[in-house]
Amino acid sequence: MTTRTVLLGTAAALVLAPASAMAERERGSSGHLNIIYWQAVSTMNPYLSGGTKEMNAASVVLEPLARFDNLGELTPWLVDEIPTLENGGVAEDLKSITWKLTEGLLWSDGTPVTSADVVFSYEYCTHPEGGCSYRDRYAGIEQVEAVDDLTVTVHFEDVTPNPYLPFVGAGSVIIQRAQFQDCLGARAPECTDANFAPIGTGPYVVSNFRPNDVIEFVANENYRVPTQPYFETVTWAGGGDAMGAARAVFQTGEMDYAWNLQLAPEVIEQMEAGGRGELLVDFGPLMERIELNFTDPSPDLPDGERGTREHPHPILSDIRVREALSRAIDRELLTEIGFGPMGMATCNFIVAPPAMASPNNDNCLVQDIDRANELLDEAGWERGADGIRVKDGQRLELLFQTSTNAVRQDFQALIQADWREIGVDTRLRNIDAGVFFGSDPGSNDTYLKFFADAQMYASLFEGTDPTPHLEQRRCGREPQPSTQWQGQNINRYCNPEYDELWAELNREADPDRRQELVIALNDMFVQDYAHLPLVARGRVSAASTTVGGIVMNVWDSEHWNQAEWYRIEE
Amino acid sequence: MLSYTLRRLAFAVPTVLIISLIVFLMLDMAPGDPTGSLPLTIPLEVREQIRQSLGLGEPVFVRYFKWLQMTVITEPLHILAGLTGWDIAPGGPRILSWQTRSPVGDILVQRVPQTLWVVGLGYLFGILIALPIGVISAYRQYSWFDQVGTFVSMVGFSVPTFFTGIVFILLFSVTLGWFPSMYDTTHVVRDWNSFLFQAKQIAMPVAVLALYNASQISRFMRASMLDNLNQDYVRTARSKGMGEQTVVLVHVLRNSMIPVVTVIAIGIPTVFTGAIITEQIFRVNGLGDALIRAIYVSDWPMVQTITFIFAILIVLFNLIADVLYGILDPRIRYD
Repeated sequence: MTTRTVLLGTAAALVLAPASAMAERERGSSGHLNIIYWQAVSTMNPYLSGGTKEMNAASVVLEPLARFDNLGELTPWLVDEIPTLENGGVAEDLKSITWKLTEGLLWSDGTPVTSADVVFSYEYCTHPEGGCSYRDRYAGIEQVEAVDDLTVTVHFEDVTPNPYLPFVGAGSVIIQRAQFQDCLGARAPECTDANFAPIGTGPYVVSNFRPNDVIEFVANENYRVPTQPYFETVTWAGGGDAMGAARAVFQTGEMDYAWNLQLAPEVIEQMEAGGRGELLVDFGPLMERIELNFTDPSPDLPDGERGTREHPHPILSDIRVREALSRAIDRELLTEIGFGPMGMATCNFIVAPPAMASPNNDNCLVQDIDRANELLDEAGWERGADGIRVKDGQRLELLFQTSTNAVRQDFQALIQADWREIGVDTRLRNIDAGVFFGSDPGSNDTYLKFFADAQMYASLFEGTDPTPHLEQRRCGREPQPSTQWQGQNINRYCNPEYDELWAELNREADPDRRQELVIALNDMFVQDYAHLPLVARGRVSAASTTVGGIVMNVWDSEHWNQAEWYRIEE
Repeated sequence: MLSYTLRRLAFAVPTVLIISLIVFLMLDMAPGDPTGSLPLTIPLEVREQIRQSLGLGEPVFVRYFKWLQMTVITEPLHILAGLTGWDIAPGGPRILSWQTRSPVGDILVQRVPQTLWVVGLGYLFGILIALPIGVISAYRQYSWFDQVGTFVSMVGFSVPTFFTGIVFILLFSVTLGWFPSMYDTTHVVRDWNSFLFQAKQIAMPVAVLALYNASQISRFMRASMLDNLNQDYVRTARSKGMGEQTVVLVHVLRNSMIPVVTVIAIGIPTVFTGAIITEQIFRVNGLGDALIRAIYVSDWPMVQTITFIFAILIVLFNLIADVLYGILDPRIRYD
């Protein structure tokens, strides 16, 4: 928490400090900005990609009606105010929300932004043949209605306590109807020109786009703030590797901003010493965890029964074993080795926003081998001749899988050693990320099928509301043969009390009560040792010390306020 | 000779077709999933819809023939139309990359110039350095020049380019600040200054590749020269009173070049395939970079098309090498 506060403080100071210089700044006065994304941007249409890099690049052109600021607070963007129950924007029955566009908004081609564009954005993304990546943002909508030129009402099918999903956040942007009207559904990919250079309301306009290579932007002449953006032109380079990107900011100074620098902590530290740049870290909901399988993944079981709730796991169904596995792990050491300042050891399922993170589980942060041994003794697992525990002739042997990734393989080795100490024999396996995170029901190596005893990966949720994320652990939501192995209850957790509590959360509209319920659900889940949280991972980028105004944001695009970035004069 | 060439060309067609089928099927059966690299926040139902929209719903042979037709006919015509401005581009669907949802052909057209400039120059300089080194090393075998040459080429050959690349960056960009560490693909040469910048940014990747290529070719050149220097015809030439220069540069060199030329010709496809690692280190967005990134995210249409083009180039340059061999060496005529 402290790291976060310090960072926010620094960010605020950066914005406020040169207040005197602010008065002189005007559109284009800061010249040119160089951004490097070592994973190059593939398209400027976030609806057709779903990747974070595309969402970030598009966010300086295409904008939503409202977005989350760096504190996770909803901020009006193309509207004057956020509709709420109090101001009448959200209906009493919680079944509709009405947005009013700011008057006088123009597209970058000079035409006015109207409610028809908002309605069209909804139609574009929900077209059944379009394959829109953010379709879930528009789930449960009965109709989006243009009341007048500037007013849009979203009618939900059901009571919706959180109506701030459609048209909110960088994934749910407004596109211009005139440009995209012939690009609906299966024809979406044919509109290459529109997908590569969408007309938007944001501070920049694409002047040159080369897929997976480079984007050049110029300031949008019709941007609603007359003095912004301060940078006249932007080159958004792509390619190379994370190390090269970090070097270009920290050491050679060729680049002003580098995104997603997941590098070894000691490498970052060494580079930062160069003094040309600084690391930007903030913590969102991304959390690295070990999932423990509640079902038997044994290959001896017939297909269709393997890894289903018909066969509970012979070892891990015992909560004492799960707790012992958790106690044996040294989370602080893992964090230090794998992430350094870019990670925080955690014992929670929901790690952010700060108000939703439970304060009740910090006891797992300290490794406790003795307690772990006690628990296994109690559970009837006795040490065999080779130090590995045995019970009823069965060795305490686990298969532990994850994706191929240097940090994850380090973690695997450390955890294997920790578990070895308490008499657990761990076999390690790593699988190519494209296969592991794929959802091909024909592959036995996906994280969804989970044909292993334990597996490690990181997961997160969109926006600031963890309700859908908590929903994933309900009974019946697990991947199983009847759902083609689709579902997000990865560890096959099933607890009727949890389901009831979640149902209550889903009905609740009062924010304080919602917060209590989220913490209660989190506690129930982690105190059941249903999975083992390890590290809350930060979003890591780097910026040159000559650029001011950058405010790191984990709840929206990192470039959410790029219009306000400026060059610090020497 | 002509009939031999034609016969070989005719054989090349089924070879390439079989390669195309193997490439397509292998990738089709590969376990990767194009939605596997998307953030986990995207729900599984949406992923399924994305897969459907990528055209994965159709049977495999339908997709193969569509792809083959587009690779062999549609895309080349589009590329030709783009280059010449002729109105020959056919309508209908094109091969779409899954990452960018745009035609693969357009991306290739953007990528090829970078690769040809950087990797091609690296190859060209490599040859230009290698030939004299090989000749002198052989002629003055075991002299200090030969020893140094052998050492340098052993180093150049055994130290991987990803290592020399990083060493160059640390030395010349970070410490000395002479060259940029990143290649700017948008740079346009307009005048002397912009040409100078282009030369600067291309210098390091070209040097790394030239060193690597030169080490290989200079060893071939040296070995081939040594074989010839001990031949009877060399002694005959010398005993007829020919100057040393004529003996070495006319008689020996010409004969020694025969195997070296074929080695160089067979190596040309690697210029097109790009130096994947070198391109990535210096952020040169060429074909090799496009290929490796497409593999990472399971963008099969892109991988299939680039691999297929490589296959065609390899078959073609093997043929050219064989024909060249026949032309250079009258003893080996194929008729």
